[in-house]
Amino acid sequence: MKYIDEFRDQGLARQLANAIAAEAEPSRAYRLMEFCGGHTHAIFRYGVQHLMPPNLRFIHGPGCPVCVLPMARIDHAIALATQHGVTLCTYGDLMRVPASERRTLLKVKAEGADIRMIYSTQDALRIAREHPERQVVFFAIGFETTTPPTAVAIQTARAEGLANFSVFCNHVLTPPALRTILATAGPDGVRLDGILGPSHVSTLIGSRPYAFVASEFGVPVVIAGFEPLDVMQSALMLVRQINAGRCEVENQYSRAVTEDGNRKAQALVADVFRVRDRFEWRGLGFLPQSALALADDYADLDAERRFPFSLGETREIKGCECPAILRGVKQPTDCKLFGTVCTPDNPMGSCMVSSEGACAAYWSYGRFRTAAA
Amino acid sequence: MCLAIPARITHIDPATETAEVELGGISKQISLALIDDAAVGDYVLVHVGYALNKLSAEEAEETLRLIREMGMLLDGDAT
Repeated sequence: MKYIDEFRDQGLARQLANAIAAEAEPSRAYRLMEFCGGHTHAIFRYGVQHLMPPNLRFIHGPGCPVCVLPMARIDHAIALATQHGVTLCTYGDLMRVPASERRTLLKVKAEGADIRMIYSTQDALRIAREHPERQVVFFAIGFETTTPPTAVAIQTARAEGLANFSVFCNHVLTPPALRTILATAGPDGVRLDGILGPSHVSTLIGSRPYAFVASEFGVPVVIAGFEPLDVMQSALMLVRQINAGRCEVENQYSRAVTEDGNRKAQALVADVFRVRDRFEWRGLGFLPQSALALADDYADLDAERRFPFSLGETREIKGCECPAILRGVKQPTDCKLFGTVCTPDNPMGSCMVSSEGACAAYWSYGRFRTAAA
Repeated sequence: MCLAIPARITHIDPATETAEVELGGISKQISLALIDDAAVGDYVLVHVGYALNKLSAEEAEETLRLIREMGMLLDGDAT
């Protein structure tokens, strides 16, 4: 397919690998965090790490919305379906994420709750139109990429007067998570020499929101596409910045990302949502100004206000290292559960559930076996 | 979750702000609510049924040119 195949060219990948090996200085360490699960996936699927010199290491970031969603929010969603009896619509990624007592949306659905897996927010609207007698709640998650489609659904529901539709909003923001990772780097966190910046998040928000990474933390950023050549070219651009002592925000993914991003989508999001004071991230804790809720003008479409719910205490699964893995402090192979009781068929932690999670990437492509050998 | 796929617009329905796109041989209907000025033949990034942005053919070609150049420089150095 156009814009995909040419960015997976093996010959060019080898040339880039040679260039990186030649330019990476043996005396330096290049610890590059790829923020997005999409990058992690590409690195493992195409064996990019193995093409890098030994002193260039990819550290996997928290850019997997399913992985960073705290268990309490899934408990809340389950309560919407079981206690309030709503029709709960959500993306497939969330169906198997373990909540308290190892319940999942899939299990609750098997027990009779009305839970629908959808592809698009348009599907949730359609279900609400077809079933006016049912309360239909869209369980919304995702970073800035996935937020505008939710905003469109909310505006459409308002315009159509779709009174039985509401949104349980869990949309989160990329820059605050990046800030937390950089601010905690050091004794408790991970040292980073460069950041591979988000691809599709940046198509929406543009490249400007990452300026603080370079100016405040002195860490170079290259916004990188999700194909293997994109990741490798971005790694080379970071190596060059590090070698030259430069610290800038560069944009490798220029075919889709501009400085400004998609202003129409930004305006839509600004109209429909407000920034929450704080929100809990799995692995990172409560981060200020890091997530969105429905704006007061749209309060009537907010499932959190329509279906009040108080949460009991949630307990993480014993032994699960997802929180440390999400901060880049540990690797999946450091977790005792990895590959023993926790596999993609029977996931214990969120990083194994989502195909973008670091644990799933390690397991699915079997590369941890060669690494251990 | 943030994965988006490049697809070519084959038909536009301005009344509903939707388009048909071709995705590796499959035809799919998507929403154009998030972008302006889409035209038949444009490539867009498709995510959960929405076009997020148009792709720039010139920029894609420029990126590939830079990648080739990065590799070639090395060949030059080596000889």
